[in-house]
Amino acid sequence: MANPDAAPLARRAVVATLLKDRGDMLVVSGLGSATYDVHAAGDHDGNYYLWGAMGGAALVGLGIAQAQASRRVLVITGDGEQLMAFGALATIAVAKPTNLDIVVIDNQHFGETGMQGSHTGRGIDLAKVAEVCGFATAETLKEMDEVEALAGTLQAKAEGPRLFVIKVAAENPPRSLPSRDAVYVKNRFRAHLGLPQG
Amino acid sequence: MQQTTVSNAADAEAAAAAISGWPARLYAILKAADVRQMAFVPDAGHSALIRLFQADRQVTTNVLTTEEEGIAISTGAWLGGQRCVLLMQSSGVGNCINMLSLPLMTRAPLLILVTMRGEWAEFNPWQVPMGRGTQAALEAVGVKVMRADTAEDLVDTVEAAAALAYEGDQQIAVLIGQRLLGKKKW
Repeated sequence: MANPDAAPLARRAVVATLLKDRGDMLVVSGLGSATYDVHAAGDHDGNYYLWGAMGGAALVGLGIAQAQASRRVLVITGDGEQLMAFGALATIAVAKPTNLDIVVIDNQHFGETGMQGSHTGRGIDLAKVAEVCGFATAETLKEMDEVEALAGTLQAKAEGPRLFVIKVAAENPPRSLPSRDAVYVKNRFRAHLGLPQG
Repeated sequence: MQQTTVSNAADAEAAAAAISGWPARLYAILKAADVRQMAFVPDAGHSALIRLFQADRQVTTNVLTTEEEGIAISTGAWLGGQRCVLLMQSSGVGNCINMLSLPLMTRAPLLILVTMRGEWAEFNPWQVPMGRGTQAALEAVGVKVMRADTAEDLVDTVEAAAALAYEGDQQIAVLIGQRLLGKKKW
């Protein structure tokens, strides 16, 4: 049961908890705060950070998941980024990858551009959307113990794609900036998978 | 029953076209290039190629709600070590523009086969503006455009484009002229 009096979760602590014991999981981050959160949790060769291409994060995750069937892929993105790819939830549900999880760090705002309110603060429930689309699991988390429990399941086998919305405070922690050189990050990511440069 | 008959006839027609025509030759080229993922928003001109890929268990296919999704899937596929081809019509190119920054910045191979609308015996004027802007829009963001207006040229062009994309890390759109596709039956 969610405690209505609990302080809203801090996004950095949420992402750090999800990635604490990441094993050989591959991670894609959506532009803006999600990319900073993933970098702040520790730079890693198995991370691919988006600095733009809004709406692309979950689908980059799908492409990786389809190419790397034996690895688990975790997409960490924001509510605004996922809202731009509303249809992607349908595409991913139809594709039915069993190794792809999407975590939406939901502060109900466009944090990078002045904290304008987003749709998720006005009744649009991305977990319900994912559920209706046919995701194997779709849940909204509001408590840290729920996040800790989720972290323990991210490497487990799944029946299909999963989406977790984690409600967090609308705050902008100090930026933690990964390389913007996407070619470098790509070659590092591919080398991590034993693939040649290119 | 009527519907089934029509569908079977359409299937048979597409299958025959696929065996004898350019779709089968493009499929063979893309298979030889080790394409393992295909994503599409359908177009009548791509129907035979779509069917060939969907029947191929070695290739993962994704039907998209909008074309830009395929740009992101293609880049993800490359990050994960697989080659992807995208199929769309010219109207869909307009949906892709910002997402193209992803393969361009990543320098990830991108191969899009675009069936053209709005340029040859087009019955629908709503197809004309994007048809007119397809090449310019792609080139404006930095995608290399190649074009073919005959079946023979198309086969050679796609073979060259696949090498440029997958071996040379380039972002390529091949425009398939509407004249080659023939007048849409309406």
